[in-house]
Amino acid sequence: MKHICLYFQVHQPFRLRIYRFFDIGVSQEYYHDLNNRVLLQRIARKCYLPMNALLKRLIDKWGKDKFSVAFAISGTAIEQMQLYAPDVLESFQDLVQSGGVELIGETYPHSLACLKSKREFERQVKQHTELMTSLFGQRPRIFRNTELIYYDEVARWVSEMGFEAALAEGADTLLGWRSPNYLYESAVAPLKLLLRNYRLSDDVAFRFSNREWSEWPLTAEKYARWIADIPADQQLINLFMDYETFGEHQWAETGIFEFFERWVDLILTEKIGVFVTPAEVLKHHQPKAKLSVPMPLSWADTERDLTAWLGNELQMDAFETLYALENEVWSIQDDHIQRDWLRLQTSDHFYYMCTKFFSDGDVHKYFNPYNSPYEAYVTYMNVLADFRERVRRYASEAIVAGGETV
Amino acid sequence: MKVLMLGWEFPPRIAGGLAVACYGLVRGLVYHGIKVTFVMPLRTGEEPPNGYRLLGANEIDIPFTQTVSLPTFWHQVTFYGVRTVLGPYLEQLAVPELRFEAVPEPVTLSSEGKLRLEFSGKYGADLLNEVYRYAYAVSHLADQEEFDVIHAHDWLTYLGGLWLKEKTGKPLVVHVHATEYDRSGENPNPQVRAIEQMGMEGADLVIAVSFYTRSVVIEKYGIPPEKIWAIHNAVLPKDRQPIERPPSNRKVVTFLGRVTYQKGPEYFVEAAARLAPYVPEAHFVMAGTGDLLRGIIQRVAQLRLGARFSFTGFLPPAEVERLFDLSDVYVMPSVSEPFGISALEALRAGVPVIISRQSGVAEVLSHALIVDFWDVEGLADLIYGVLRYKGIRPFFVRHAQAQLSQLQWERASARVIEAYRSLGL
Repeated sequence: MKHICLYFQVHQPFRLRIYRFFDIGVSQEYYHDLNNRVLLQRIARKCYLPMNALLKRLIDKWGKDKFSVAFAISGTAIEQMQLYAPDVLESFQDLVQSGGVELIGETYPHSLACLKSKREFERQVKQHTELMTSLFGQRPRIFRNTELIYYDEVARWVSEMGFEAALAEGADTLLGWRSPNYLYESAVAPLKLLLRNYRLSDDVAFRFSNREWSEWPLTAEKYARWIADIPADQQLINLFMDYETFGEHQWAETGIFEFFERWVDLILTEKIGVFVTPAEVLKHHQPKAKLSVPMPLSWADTERDLTAWLGNELQMDAFETLYALENEVWSIQDDHIQRDWLRLQTSDHFYYMCTKFFSDGDVHKYFNPYNSPYEAYVTYMNVLADFRERVRRYASEAIVAGGETV
Repeated sequence: MKVLMLGWEFPPRIAGGLAVACYGLVRGLVYHGIKVTFVMPLRTGEEPPNGYRLLGANEIDIPFTQTVSLPTFWHQVTFYGVRTVLGPYLEQLAVPELRFEAVPEPVTLSSEGKLRLEFSGKYGADLLNEVYRYAYAVSHLADQEEFDVIHAHDWLTYLGGLWLKEKTGKPLVVHVHATEYDRSGENPNPQVRAIEQMGMEGADLVIAVSFYTRSVVIEKYGIPPEKIWAIHNAVLPKDRQPIERPPSNRKVVTFLGRVTYQKGPEYFVEAAARLAPYVPEAHFVMAGTGDLLRGIIQRVAQLRLGARFSFTGFLPPAEVERLFDLSDVYVMPSVSEPFGISALEALRAGVPVIISRQSGVAEVLSHALIVDFWDVEGLADLIYGVLRYKGIRPFFVRHAQAQLSQLQWERASARVIEAYRSLGL
């Protein structure tokens, strides 16, 4: 019997509005409320609501011992559900209540903070943990960093914070000849590692409706057989993907929902395996080997590195300019400053500035509100210039205020 | 293979991108071992002799005859001729048998007693007159020159190309660097448009300088798509060192091109107006001349931006390169730009380029900054970004080199040769 571990990423950024240089110092409306609302409501209608209903049905039908899944839901996604589609949040809460869902920890705004600041990273992870606990009554025990970014230092940090395991990319560069279909552990910290089986995951997430693909159409029978055919000693199959795969990246018309339901039924009726959450994996599996990951890995693009976010001068400049404000922001007690500080750290802003036009450009265009990386960069820098002015103003006031009390 | 190339401009006679493109193309063809004779209205004697032959239409011998037999297509030209100042001349030329006295003036007699036509080579008020006389002159090359294919650049030379094709039966390629719709928008000059139509229809093959222009040729002129090749222009490698910039924190924002409807100079001014109060170090240069210049200067004065603007008038090539060396960003807000070779020249000088989405060159510059010409605020914002945020320039310069290496005339010419071969040559 295989253990199939399904994990879904739910994330939405606060996309910026068209913010010109002449708005700097004038307008503090940074976000494209209309776009964000319309997109979230569309994704809710096409993906979140129908897929939540489908998962609920499967949990009810098979029981959580046979069918359960894991989610990581970013803080910015939760905020947008609260703002634009409260019924979606309720739907997730219902699903979690069913007992068949494990929530995974991450940084609150789906950020790249780990690359710049340990304290900022830890603060965001704690903030996310608190959010999950208060909304869902469940405290995450397993960690997953933004876009599966993982390396030894992050392993140390999250292990210190009490996480028992992390999700990471089963990249060839990491595993070499080894298989992702085992549990591993970090070589530098007491932290188990669940590695994504990228081939089987992307068969659904990227290739499902691709008619150029030699395996198209992917039927539930075929996909179940591929899993059944995995050698018996490889017991753990980690299928990690964007939740938007269901109904949004792959439209309902492609038959993705029917495929998924039938595939789950096949796996369970033919006793090929059961669906478990990461925490259950830790109960049933022993680490096969210790892995050391000195350089950051991610699940993005063909390189599986950070170049999608920090691969060119535009991205680097924006990133450096943002984090140059960290000390000042930490000295400010203001809800709006803190809110914008988090939202501006969301990794998507940097992703939009990516210039890998040719190899992975199609993926990058998805949900991208900009015509070019330059537009993304200039808009972000304009917003950041305004944010910096506000931060400087607050910071200098704080110093003045502090001076008066002495 | 021998190519008889008909063109209006060639270095050092340069009015715009046409001469630069013709020069690059000829150099590229010569590189591939093709023999080229390039016929322009008049030769100034300073053209670089680089394995090809330059000939002025004013050097072509015209035989003394009492009558000229006109090509069969000629009546279509005259149909439009009556509405211009050239009307009387055209009506005379329109009769099937032309009396010798009607041969277009002015003429000269060479020392051997041969008749030759005179040309100004300029885009003056009598341009159509020159265009017809050029056609008449080059038609005599039918039995004076050896060639395998006729290659005519832009409408100015299409009639000559058609006439030669009719006389010799050799294939005609017309090369569309611009159409009348680019130059005049939705109100094309009917005579020019008619000549373009005849040239494209009569040609065996049409080369368009971009996919953008190819679609114009299909949609506006109804030319069958299978006859039209899109072959992008290229740029010659840089052969000089950049000049030193004087120490100054002034940032130079440059517009270069004819100050005409097609080039969108008013959008440049409006973007400058938005930018000027926010970027006091920005200085705006408008290089070029044209029928909108007067109005543009008035608008700049009205905006009280006179002190922030420089109008240089037309600049010769060496001055253009100097200007790029001094520029921080080059803006090409063309309303309709078949290609836009100056964007490549700016790129070659390492200057970040902002081009309109309505430009053919956008098809080959994946890393250029692109904006709709009418989006004045978007344009201003991109200029602001280049001047104020330090990420763009290093990124741009790094990619510019890679892109330029792809845009060689050797490659573009190889495609042109491929096009010739498709005609069975």
